[in-house]
Amino acid sequence: MTVLEIKDLRKSFGKNEVLKGISFKVEKGEAVAIIGSSGSGKSTLLRCATLLETADDGSICYKGKYLLKDKVYAEKDELKEICSSFGLVFQNFNLFPHMSVMQNIIEAPMLVKGISREDAEARARDLLSQMGLSDKENAYPCELSGGQQQRVAIARALALDPDVLFFDEPTSALDPELTGEVLAVIKRLAEADMTMVIVTHEMAFARDVAEKVIFMDSGVIAEEGDPKELFYHPKTDRLKAFLHNANI
Amino acid sequence: MFETVLKALLEGFGKSLEIFALTLLGALPLGLIISFGSMSKFAPLKVVTRAVVWVVRGTPLMLQLIIFFYGPGLIFGTNIWGIGSQGRFIAVIVAFVLNYACYFSEIYRGGIEGISRGQYEAGQVLGMNKSQVFFRIVLPQVVKRIIPPMSNEIITLVKDTSLARIIGVYEIIYFGEKFIKSDGIIWPLFFTGVFYLLFSGVLTLLFGYIEKKLNYYHN
Repeated sequence: MTVLEIKDLRKSFGKNEVLKGISFKVEKGEAVAIIGSSGSGKSTLLRCATLLETADDGSICYKGKYLLKDKVYAEKDELKEICSSFGLVFQNFNLFPHMSVMQNIIEAPMLVKGISREDAEARARDLLSQMGLSDKENAYPCELSGGQQQRVAIARALALDPDVLFFDEPTSALDPELTGEVLAVIKRLAEADMTMVIVTHEMAFARDVAEKVIFMDSGVIAEEGDPKELFYHPKTDRLKAFLHNANI
Repeated sequence: MFETVLKALLEGFGKSLEIFALTLLGALPLGLIISFGSMSKFAPLKVVTRAVVWVVRGTPLMLQLIIFFYGPGLIFGTNIWGIGSQGRFIAVIVAFVLNYACYFSEIYRGGIEGISRGQYEAGQVLGMNKSQVFFRIVLPQVVKRIIPPMSNEIITLVKDTSLARIIGVYEIIYFGEKFIKSDGIIWPLFFTGVFYLLFSGVLTLLFGYIEKKLNYYHN
């Protein structure tokens, strides 16, 4: 089943065209990695897909329902439903600093989905144990390391049971030694067949975890396909140069 | 004598407290609304709001009290405040509320603009609507940020209540000063200072307590 289908997506900031017609599909259970140098449009693509930016043209379709089609966004009620199909993990975590770890996770399920506190807390505890953070439910974000904060952010996103989870450079704000713990969590999610789209600069991780890799270059998808194929037999000069600089 | 003075001063202090409490009651919410106006994406509203804030913050409260009270009667020929001490008191409250709301609005604006965009985005991606994001995510963080400047402003308000006498609302200093004329004694006037000191002392402790309470997290 196709969870997400993006067709010919375009987005400009002023005269600067950042996305020049992006098309790709994400199937259920698939982990897709998006790589590319800074400014290639990766983050903008994710922000358009999650409605943090409005795209100029093209279509975005979640599970057969159009978020955007022919420059028109879905109506409010439908929009809300479609938006519950995805979650996003930010580079800077963006946890709510005034809420405990538990509150961070149960806030949206209770407020948005109307789930009871007991059920939301039970689910949160389950997710926290998956993240290896069972002892932190009463801690505040400022008391946690960056890696722990990011794992809470992943739990928070998962608590809403999204069909697809986006990661926007989830380890870029972390020290190298903390990167590993977050990548390990994402890898476990991939093994559990969570549908994910991961923008990352961690090439070895993309190669080992993703089922499909998309290489973006100046607003277009320059190359995409099987990670091993893409990393060991790049077709375009642009990808060859990128991989060379990335030392892989 | 002491008893007479104390009774008179307590009556005046009661009036000062009334002005203080009613001003806060009106200016705290009105200030938030004005801050929305001054941050509005609708340019005319933003310009008008900021102009009003500029005028109100840029002129003395005493002048505003006089204009508010006498202005309607002298310019339009109707005393909108009603007659007697009640009318004067209403004029005082209106002028105080507007004045303090403008100061508060700038404090709110600073607090709100200091919240990172990521907080709004996180709320939005989690499916919260705009008011949920504002009241559950943004406002609680704003409150923590604005407590120190707010406590400053509120302690200033304690002392500003003394301006009310300019249009004949009899607050504590009026009563204290009366004893100079009637009995030739100055100590009641000094004594009024004790009331101010005690009250601002209590507020300082209260705000210190609130700040400490909100210290359970930092950004």
